[in-house]
Amino acid sequence: MLDFVQQLVSGVALGCVYGLIALGFVLVYKATEVVNFAQGDLMMLGGFFAFTFIGMMGLNYWIGFAGAVAAMALFGMLAERVVVRPILGYPQFSIIMATIGLGYFLRSIAGMIWGTDDLKIETPFSQGVLRIGSLVLAYDKLSVIAATMILCTLLYLFFNKTTLGTAMRASSENMLAAYYMGIPVKRVVSIVWAISAAVATCAGVLLAPITFIHSNVGLVLGLKAFPAAVLGGFGSIPGAVVGGVLIGVIESMAGFYLPEGWKDVAPYLVLLAVLLLKPEGLFGRHVRKKV
Amino acid sequence: MRFLFKTDYEDDIKLIPHSGYLVSYGILLALLLIAPFVLSSYLMSQLVFVCIYATVGVALLILTGFTGQASLGHAAFLAIGAYTAAYLQKYNVPFPVYFLAAGALTGLIGALVGFPALRLTGIYLVIATISFALIVEEILARWESVTHGNEGMRVKTLSLLGVAVPRDSPTFYFLCLSVLVLTIIGTLNLLRSPTGRAFVAIRDSETAARSMGVNVALYKVKSFAISAAITGFAGVLFAHKLSFISPEMFTLQLSIEFIIVILIGGTFSLHGAVLGAIFIVMIDPFLTYLKDDLPGMIGGIAATFGAGPATAGAIQSKVAAFASLNGLKGAIYGIIIVLFVLFEPLGLYGRWLKIKLFFQLFPLYKRATFKRQKIYVKSERNR
Repeated sequence: MLDFVQQLVSGVALGCVYGLIALGFVLVYKATEVVNFAQGDLMMLGGFFAFTFIGMMGLNYWIGFAGAVAAMALFGMLAERVVVRPILGYPQFSIIMATIGLGYFLRSIAGMIWGTDDLKIETPFSQGVLRIGSLVLAYDKLSVIAATMILCTLLYLFFNKTTLGTAMRASSENMLAAYYMGIPVKRVVSIVWAISAAVATCAGVLLAPITFIHSNVGLVLGLKAFPAAVLGGFGSIPGAVVGGVLIGVIESMAGFYLPEGWKDVAPYLVLLAVLLLKPEGLFGRHVRKKV
Repeated sequence: MRFLFKTDYEDDIKLIPHSGYLVSYGILLALLLIAPFVLSSYLMSQLVFVCIYATVGVALLILTGFTGQASLGHAAFLAIGAYTAAYLQKYNVPFPVYFLAAGALTGLIGALVGFPALRLTGIYLVIATISFALIVEEILARWESVTHGNEGMRVKTLSLLGVAVPRDSPTFYFLCLSVLVLTIIGTLNLLRSPTGRAFVAIRDSETAARSMGVNVALYKVKSFAISAAITGFAGVLFAHKLSFISPEMFTLQLSIEFIIVILIGGTFSLHGAVLGAIFIVMIDPFLTYLKDDLPGMIGGIAATFGAGPATAGAIQSKVAAFASLNGLKGAIYGIIIVLFVLFEPLGLYGRWLKIKLFFQLFPLYKRATFKRQKIYVKSERNR
């Protein structure tokens, strides 16, 4: 039983990271119908920025965190301007390929700049554990869970209560109509990319104590975020986080109770099952097809 | 410049529209046939890889280019073909048998993947094929009684009708070349058959195809099966060329490389697949060139333009350090993909068509001829 709870908590913590990356996909997908295959690499880059600010320049953790988030938000806008905006409105295949190319590029460049060693950031949470009875919970995992909850709430409120959020939802439904209603669609897309890069950075920094920062970490975790996003229903913010948590729990349970090898496959088996049985996901809207 | 006037359907579906095609492709084939007696063994080896990549490119083109079903899982099909060959070879099955068996098995698995894919479109299909490829990769690593797990499998020398065909021999090259040529001719024939027309109809509009009486589900599965089977054939050759296979050769990276092949070549023409294969295989020799010769050359240029020997040496060593950076290949891939998507979505073959059209229409060429149609998308979720 204790093992189970222990696995559950570490699964939830890992799942929150998947959820944060999936949140980035979902934000971009929700606003522009673009699937950003470079989301994991944005996370990786955010981790490296934070490492530069905190580990190399010796800034305070919180200042470094904020600096990395701000820098990555700018970077997200830049990436949108250079790579995505010229092909917005073209077939999805082009956009998928462009973001795959962007991810490739970022991964290699990060490897060139920061080397291929595992890097680590000292955070206020990296030491210390919380003991409840005989249950031992590490602070770094709890911090991920808490941060995910805060971010998710903020984004949910942003999308549903603010004018900008409403504009984003409008431009995702019908870009041209949104443009006619006076929404600056291009600027909206730009802001969405900034927010999604910032969310990815949060994931990268929170992840730093758990798995190390490495130029390939984005690819590995980014691929796990797809099952999360699909499970929750592409385009649903709470769905992304719930899907991420589910995937994380499934993975850590499979790693603990099933023979070796299932751990890496289980998320994708779940993904295929979901795609077969309920392609709109747990939280997705079911829309009747119109001709 | 020759203009073709098509007056009936027979003109439209000719394999060889006019004698010029016969001459140019004949010359190309003759050059390819004498290549092993002229080129160095390293270049021959690259040429074999070009043939294999081009075969996979054609297979992917049938699925992605002509049926409109994007797949990022073709490395898995290649792996299945390669492993089938390696496994059957252990039991002394002759080459023609396991060659066909690999194609049949891969085609069957392709059809099985095609069934779930029926309900999926666009991005969901891409994600599903990625997860299929990852699952296959994991199975290859874990099913040790058949695949030897991460240790990998040794592939014995190919023997055709009792004669050994080493992987460096001209005969092996001719084998790969003939598989490629047969694949291309077969695909050309497929594309002018009702099946091929149905594929293109599904790509252009699924709803329209269905209302014309095309059985969309059947043709999607067919497309998956054909594409996978051809990839399986290529997998057998790939296994023989490498003479050693292990699961980490068939990663997502390889699937992406195949997509790059058709993206760079152009997703609408068989020429594109071959051009893309040449491009992707030649990146490695190009990088070697960059590492070995380019620094000296730039240093020499700097010296002739009046830089002192010290400065020229410094420039040379800087260029050398840049060219031997670890991730340079990945960065080049990334830049190439982004640049092609942004500026030349029709690929290398599209560029060639533009040049050709420019000379055909010389004073009247309009740049807007090839302009992409931009649409402000409505949400796909409501479609």
